[in-house]
Amino acid sequence: MPRDGNRPRYRRGTARAGAVVLALGATLLAGCSTEEGPPTLTWYINPDAGGQAAIAEKCTEAAGGEYRIETSLLPNEAASQREQLARRLAAGDSSLDIMSLDPPFIPELAEPGFLAPVPDTVAQRTTQNVVEGALTGATWKDKLVAVPFWANTQLLWYRKSVAEAAGLDMSKPVTWQQLIDAAAKEDKYLGVQGQRGESMTVWLNALVESAGGHILENPEAKADQIQLGLASKAGTEAAQVISTIGKDGLGGPGLPTQDENNSMTLFQGDKGSFMVNWPFVWPATNAAVEDGTLDPSLLKDIGWTLYPRMNEGEQSAPPLGGINLGVGAASKHPDLAYAAIECIVSPENQAEYFITNGNPPSNTEAYKDPRIKESFPMADTIRESLELSAPRPQTVFYNEVSTSLQQNFAPPDQVDPAITPQETSDFIVSVLRGENLL
Amino acid sequence: MSTTTETPTLPSGETGRAGRRRAVQQFSDRAKAERRLGWWLAGPAFVVMLAVTAYPILQAMYDSLFSYRLTAPDERAFVGLANYGVVLTDVVWWRDLGVTLLITVVTVVVELILGFALALVMHKALKAVRGWLRTAILVPYGIITVVSAFAWFYMFDINSGFVNTWFNWVPGISPDLNWFAGTWTSLFVIMASEIWKTTPFISLLLLAGLAQVPDELTEAAEVDGATWWQRMQRVILPNMKAAIMVAVLFRALDAFRIFDNVFIMTNGAFNTEVLSLLAYRTSIGRLEIGLGSAVSVLLFVCVLLICFIAIKLFKVDLASQRGGK
Repeated sequence: MPRDGNRPRYRRGTARAGAVVLALGATLLAGCSTEEGPPTLTWYINPDAGGQAAIAEKCTEAAGGEYRIETSLLPNEAASQREQLARRLAAGDSSLDIMSLDPPFIPELAEPGFLAPVPDTVAQRTTQNVVEGALTGATWKDKLVAVPFWANTQLLWYRKSVAEAAGLDMSKPVTWQQLIDAAAKEDKYLGVQGQRGESMTVWLNALVESAGGHILENPEAKADQIQLGLASKAGTEAAQVISTIGKDGLGGPGLPTQDENNSMTLFQGDKGSFMVNWPFVWPATNAAVEDGTLDPSLLKDIGWTLYPRMNEGEQSAPPLGGINLGVGAASKHPDLAYAAIECIVSPENQAEYFITNGNPPSNTEAYKDPRIKESFPMADTIRESLELSAPRPQTVFYNEVSTSLQQNFAPPDQVDPAITPQETSDFIVSVLRGENLL
Repeated sequence: MSTTTETPTLPSGETGRAGRRRAVQQFSDRAKAERRLGWWLAGPAFVVMLAVTAYPILQAMYDSLFSYRLTAPDERAFVGLANYGVVLTDVVWWRDLGVTLLITVVTVVVELILGFALALVMHKALKAVRGWLRTAILVPYGIITVVSAFAWFYMFDINSGFVNTWFNWVPGISPDLNWFAGTWTSLFVIMASEIWKTTPFISLLLLAGLAQVPDELTEAAEVDGATWWQRMQRVILPNMKAAIMVAVLFRALDAFRIFDNVFIMTNGAFNTEVLSLLAYRTSIGRLEIGLGSAVSVLLFVCVLLICFIAIKLFKVDLASQRGGK
């Protein structure tokens, strides 16, 4: 029968195919097992203008063959970065040698032991001259769990012409109420972030902290014991500012979808007046002027000062951002990773990173570099702001808390100071108890 | 290859055990070998399907019975059906289900009408332009959904979009209209993008159905004096019912699982969240594997329900493209 005649041929074919697969597999395995040269450390970086890759190269050279740092790019959004890192850490991925971590997400990774402990000597050396806020962001349950790299803060940016026309003396501290009045009087828009996103939590937290309150009273507590400080005088005052800007249309028609980039564009336009935003707006505006998309006179019209106050006579608490470096618990070379981190966060590298990428140092020593003043005339204000800044709640449940705040406080025109803070508190409590979807 | 042609038919009057035995005997000859070959050919694919679909589905069902957070592995606890209770008693689930159903119904209906019109155009087009026409109509379908979602987002975005300027003359549209700051305006853009992207798919399926309607039938109807509408209603549509139902079923299942457009354009803000996004946010965003699995299982049940309704109630025959069986 022809079918029987076919069989041996089929078998021969299978055997041949099997041999090819085996040979291929053996070659691939051989390729994996023969790692030549110094150990490679993988540094998961958040997207920037190439600064972290440059530092990685520099530190590889400085290591003199002890280790090699390779960078691997994380997604654009902070939330997506967290998702990827958390999943890999939970799965015990050993390639997570060094990670650029957004401070609010550190407790969630530190609590289950996903981060390798920071050696005492490293902790001692890397925390000298570091601004307080950055240290808080790298600490969980009174222990340093990550190393502060760069620290970010928001300033109040203003158009000198508008401030002058409104009769505001910007050499003195200003309050949110003054800004609201000035924008209304001059028929201009305020640059704030009203989008349902992390920037809303950043804004709300800064307002609550500036009014002397806290969103969470005991951020280190377990899910069912967390107490909220939102339904308070400070929470109501913060909601009042957000609500007024939303309801009076002072944020412009784009406010409900406005993030930091959109507010910068608004601020650069004809209706721009005052804006709270990160320092990236300065190099971005300069670049736009160089490209010819913005008028050069705009640069002369832009001023900056500390974040607006909630109440006259009370210091403001500007937002805090930045990146800390952590080491994965499953990393095969934690010692080398920490050695590499010490190199990465050196004040010289931080200063260089600020100049080339616009991300401010967490180490105050770095600000002594004379080149910084040339590129960032507002460097002193940034440093002062960093000292005053307050981090977002350091809790294991940051994602739940932040998402709940965003859902309740965005869009700004739907915020009711009498109801929203209490409703949000109740909602967060029920979500943390597992009684509600988010 | 078909085994049905090999299936023996019993001589009339021959029934009972003897007939069955003969049937088995005849079946075990060539047809049996063909069956075996069929299994050899389809077997590996079947195993892969089990590994990549059945295993995750069963795992999700198992996980949904636990309170399990990926970043708190030590606190994992069996909670039975409590996660389903949380999901089904939450207004968020029902709101998202409503939005998903709305998007499914509106997009499928509009796509069906537009798709049918396009299929008619492609069917009737001159041979010279037919190829070009089909390519042109199919272009949107070839675009990656995320890319098309971004394109539509930037078109309508208040900061970068041109729609507000171009359509300033339309009542209700002004440079200050923020499309993504309202439920209905957001849903309009989401659905428009979805329709633009997938109408070609439905039109292609309908074109296949249209091509199978025998010309003799329409010609005979024409000779009998039937108008265009009568020919459409009495001859063409009944003959391509199966094709229409398959197109509707495929698209309904696809539309029900909509994710990309909503994720890119609003990320669920302003009550535009759909079920897939809720499942994603709960499992991937919150890392609540238990609760997220429960949402996913319920989403799966909804998809099964749609299939059941289509196949049992509307009698969609997936094995046939011809109507009037």
